[in-house]
Amino acid sequence: MIPAAFDYLAPTSVADALAALAEAGDDAKVLAGGQSLLPILRMRLSAPEKVIDLGRIEELRGIREDGDHIVVGATTTYTDALASDLLREHAAVLQDAIKEVADPQIRRRGTLGGALVHADPAGDVGAPALALDTEFVITGSAGERTVAAADFFQDLFETAVGEGELLTAIRIPKHTGWGAHYEKFVRVSHQWSIVAVAATIRVEGGSIAEARIGLTNMGSTPLRATAVESALVGVAATDEAVREACAAAAEGTNPPSDLNGSADYRRALAPILTRRAVLAAAGA
Amino acid sequence: MTRITVTVDGTSYSDEVEPRMLLVHYLREAVGKTGTVIGCDTSNCGACTVHLDGRSVKSCNVLAVQADGHEVTTIEGIAVNGELHPMQKAFHECHALQCGYCTPGMILQAIDVLNENPHPSEEEIRVGLEGNLCRCTGYHNIVKAVQQVAGQDSPVEQPEGATAGVQS
Repeated sequence: MIPAAFDYLAPTSVADALAALAEAGDDAKVLAGGQSLLPILRMRLSAPEKVIDLGRIEELRGIREDGDHIVVGATTTYTDALASDLLREHAAVLQDAIKEVADPQIRRRGTLGGALVHADPAGDVGAPALALDTEFVITGSAGERTVAAADFFQDLFETAVGEGELLTAIRIPKHTGWGAHYEKFVRVSHQWSIVAVAATIRVEGGSIAEARIGLTNMGSTPLRATAVESALVGVAATDEAVREACAAAAEGTNPPSDLNGSADYRRALAPILTRRAVLAAAGA
Repeated sequence: MTRITVTVDGTSYSDEVEPRMLLVHYLREAVGKTGTVIGCDTSNCGACTVHLDGRSVKSCNVLAVQADGHEVTTIEGIAVNGELHPMQKAFHECHALQCGYCTPGMILQAIDVLNENPHPSEEEIRVGLEGNLCRCTGYHNIVKAVQQVAGQDSPVEQPEGATAGVQS
């Protein structure tokens, strides 16, 4: 399978990329790592006139500390994110999810920002980003703006990144010392999640003080299981207590039906996977 | 057309390519490295795995223009002076191939697994190879070959239920 012909631009700065994007209008696709875009181009689900490759923009890569946040450049690869001590210490649930993304070769090329903007609801990084209250730094010709996680994912493959804009970084509030686990349910090891749950938990004296739960593939966007988060507060980190608190995990969701499972099947999975994720995150 | 310069198996090539050309097509059709095969065309099977700047990638999921200025190593570039790479030797000795179609990608990925972690457990080897499919399902000897190169003496554990004639 061969993509339709396109013009290729490889700017070396964000400013040049924005200028190229402005000139191309909606005939352009932005290429980060290409691990989702290239299959789409090959299958000709999309046939842009221009492809703007961000791969040669140094300033978009890297992970750094900024006060109470960890800042991850948009084209930081999964592999680099996995190797990051900062993420391990302050945003462990994101790393746990990245471990489950596709396979080693894809993780070498695939980027965090690329996946977030692609916004496949079955992708693995949206739910942990949401659970961690990540802020999204979006840059356009008018400058930078920051969008909260709750407003970033808008619909199937749709985010707050507008025409002529780029996601340039994400800012993750530090969750230092929080337990974490990403529970992914799949039939084949390196495939997309049928359902998955990102849980990050702060335990104090054997009971849960705070909980953040993100759901993968339970709707057209990643979702927060807010009812479960509230129900978990003050609960002992035991199987029985957590089971009860997680019963409402599918509440307010609208999961898809496909060859991997019906919507009802996914609704039945969600509380079970949530319980497993919470218990593992709480170290129980 | 875009001009790219790519080092493939130690030799520098400079070519005009269409931006839409995939790296695997460039390697096979422009450079002539047909040892890198196309398996699934969907980025699933890993048969087209090569090293890009020393790290494994699926060459059907990279554009040739993205490799401009970079270094590619294919299955044809890992033997030195006619001497097989230790991983190639181990695949031979452990009978780690049946039809052989997945072998170029398996070997490149197996080398990458050991570059990352020189002494992996059996499970780490299997997880490291999860992006490479063998449709002969000959995974067992592939894992053995990787263990041989890693210098592990412990035999590969039999999958549950595979022990012929013994029921517990």
